Amino acid sequence: MTTQSPLPDGAADRFLAGEGLRHAPGPYFGEYGGRWMPESLIAALDQLEDTFEKAKADPEFEAEFTDLLLNYANRPSLLTEAKRFAEHAGGVRVFLKREDLNHTGSHKINNVLGQALLAKRMGKTRLIAETGAGQHGVASATAAALFGMECVVYMGEEDTRRQALNVARMELLGATVVPVTAGSRTLKDAINEALRDWVTNVEHTHYLLGTAAGAHPFPAMVRYFHEVIGDEAREQMLAQAGRLPDAVCACVGGGSNAIGIFHGFLDDRDVALYGLEAGGDGVETGRHAATITLGLPGVLHGARTYLMQDEDGQTIESHSISAGLDYPGVGPEHSYLNDIGRATYEPITDTEAMDALRLLSRTEGIIPAIESSHALAGALKVGQRLAERARAEGVDPSEKIVLVSLSGRGDKDMGTAGAWFGLIDEDTARKGE
Amino acid sequence: MNASTEIVSKSAAAIERARALGRPALITYLPAGFPDVQATIDAAVAMAENGADVIEVGIPYSDPVMDGPVIQAATTEALAKGFRVASIFEIVAGITSRCDAAVMVMTYWNPVMRMGVREFSRRLAEAGGAGLITPDLIPDEAAEWFAASDEFGLDRVFLTAPSSTPERVQMTVEACRGFVYCVSVMGVTGARSEVSAATRGVVDAAHEAGAPRACVGLGVSRREHVEEIGAYADGVIVGTALVAALGEGGVPAVAALTAHLSGKDKA
Repeated sequence: MTTQSPLPDGAADRFLAGEGLRHAPGPYFGEYGGRWMPESLIAALDQLEDTFEKAKADPEFEAEFTDLLLNYANRPSLLTEAKRFAEHAGGVRVFLKREDLNHTGSHKINNVLGQALLAKRMGKTRLIAETGAGQHGVASATAAALFGMECVVYMGEEDTRRQALNVARMELLGATVVPVTAGSRTLKDAINEALRDWVTNVEHTHYLLGTAAGAHPFPAMVRYFHEVIGDEAREQMLAQAGRLPDAVCACVGGGSNAIGIFHGFLDDRDVALYGLEAGGDGVETGRHAATITLGLPGVLHGARTYLMQDEDGQTIESHSISAGLDYPGVGPEHSYLNDIGRATYEPITDTEAMDALRLLSRTEGIIPAIESSHALAGALKVGQRLAERARAEGVDPSEKIVLVSLSGRGDKDMGTAGAWFGLIDEDTARKGE
Repeated sequence: MNASTEIVSKSAAAIERARALGRPALITYLPAGFPDVQATIDAAVAMAENGADVIEVGIPYSDPVMDGPVIQAATTEALAKGFRVASIFEIVAGITSRCDAAVMVMTYWNPVMRMGVREFSRRLAEAGGAGLITPDLIPDEAAEWFAASDEFGLDRVFLTAPSSTPERVQMTVEACRGFVYCVSVMGVTGARSEVSAATRGVVDAAHEAGAPRACVGLGVSRREHVEEIGAYADGVIVGTALVAALGEGGVPAVAALTAHLSGKDKA
C-alpha cells in the first residue's frame, strides 16, 4: 500500500529505530496481556514459561518440532495464487496461504504439536483443551494420540450437538469430550471449565489452550508455534511473486492464525495487516463477535485485552455463524497492534463470509472453513480498495498483491453451509456436521 | 503487612476480637442478589447475629473460574434475575447499618475494572465496606488497587495456594491488609468431607512469611472443620455450605448453620 497505518509516538519511534515489533516476548503488549489469574495457577504458568524459554533455546527441541511439522503435519503448506477468485477483488493478485492442507485440516496443528512437546518436557501426562467448532479439540486429541497422553476436551453442550461428527472424531482418537452446561454453554464457558479442571489437576495436567489469548505465556507461546505460517508465506511470496504483498488478510477470533501470519510481516512497514472479525448478523444488531471493533479493554481468561462486555463488566455472549470465531475476547497482541495502528481490524458479516466461501469454492475448487471465509471476504474488500487507489495513481491493479491466510478447510462446515445455501435440510445438516 | 499504619483494618479488628475471645474468626460467604438483594442483606445480618465475625459478599460474575457448581448456580441465577454490580453498595450499606460484622466484597476483577478501580473503591468505602477479596487478581497486577485501597482505607485480601512458592507467599503476605486468604486445596469452591492435607502447610507458610492473620477457605463446611483448622489458623471461611442452605431453607437455615459453625448453638 502507498499509505501507511499511522503509528503513535512510542511505537513509531521503536519502529523507525529499527527495533521492530517481531518476537514481542510478553507478558505485556503495551497495556495488554499480563496474568489475571488465580494464584493457584501461577506456579503452573511459571513452569510453562520456564519450560518454553528453555525449549526455544534448545536445538534439540527445535529439531523435534521441525521434524513433526515437516513429517507429520505436512508443512510447509503451499502458497497458491487464486487467479479466478482475484477477478472479484478489483483485479489485484490474490495468494492463499494453504493452512487448510495441514494434517487435521487447519493451522491448529502447529500449536498443539508445540505444546504437546512442552507437556512432555514438563512430565505431564494429561492434556486438556477447550473447543468451539471442534477443530482445536480434534487437533488436541490428535497430538494426545501421537504422544500417548490422556486427553479431555471441554465443549459447550450446544456445540457438542451442532458438531456431533467432530465429537465422534475426538472420541475415535481416544479423547474424552465433556459437554459444558454452565453459563452460556459456549466456547467461553468451555474455557472456564478447562481452567477449573486445570486448577484441580495441574500437577500432571497441561492446559493446551487453542489460541493466542489467555494469561502469559500463552499469547507469546502460541504465536511462536504459529510463526512458521508467516515465515513460510514471506519466503514463498518472494519466491513466487518476487516481492512482498501489499496487504495480508486473516480472520481473528482469538487470533492465532492471524498473529502467526502477521508475524512474518510485522516489521515490513509497507505491508498492511488486516484482521477480519466476525460481524455476525451485522455489528449494528449486537449479534456479533467483533471484539476489537466494538469491545472495550477488560480482563478475561487471564489477559487484559479488548472484550465484549456490558456496563457492569459482565461478558456479553458473542454470535457468529463460525463457531471458531465465536469468542467475546481476543489475543492481547492484537489489541496492542490495533491501538498502535500497525494492524487494522474490520468486521465481516455472516452473509459476506458465506458469499466468499461459495465464491472460492466455485472459482478455485477450494472449499474454505467459514472462519477463513471471513479473511477471504476481507480480501475482496481490501483488494477493491487497493485497486481503486492504484487506478487513481495510474498504476495497474494487477501490480498489487493481497495475501490471505486460508486457515482451514471447510469439510467440517458442510452442515452449516449446506443449510445456508439450501442444499440440505436443517435436520440432515445437524446430523452431518 | 500494613504499610500505611494510619489505616485501621476492619477485618483485622473483627478477627482480633474473635482471638480475644479465644476462638478462630468465622468468615461467611454468600453471593449478592441470591435470591434477591433484600435476602442477601437479611441472610448476612442473620450470619452476624449467629457468630460470623466477617461477612464476605460475592459479586455475581459471568465467568467465575474459581467457583464450583453450587456457587455458580447461585450467581448465574442472580445474574439471570438482573443483578447489577452497583447493588453491592446498597447491600454493604444495608448490612453494616444493622450489625457490627466487617463486610468484605469478594469479586472477580473485571467488574471492578469496568466501573473504575478508584470509583469502585470510593463507593465501597462510602457504603461502610471493609475491603475486597480478589480471587483472580494477584499482587503483580494490582498497582491500581494498591493506590485506591490506600486512598480509601480498604483491606486488600489476596490468596495464597498450596502451589505458591515461598517467594510468592512472602510477596502476597506483604501485599495483604486485613488477612491472607489461604486456599486449602488445589481446586474450586465447594464443600468437601475432609480437610485437605495441604491446609496446614499453606497456613504455616503464611505465618512464617509474617502474616498476622491467615484464614482458610475452600472446602470448609462443617463445625469439625472449623475446630480442626481453628487450632492453627486465625480464621475459617465457609461459602458453599451456606449458599446451599440459603437456597434450600432461606434465611432461617443460614442462621442455623452459622450458629452450628460458630459453636453458638452449643453455647
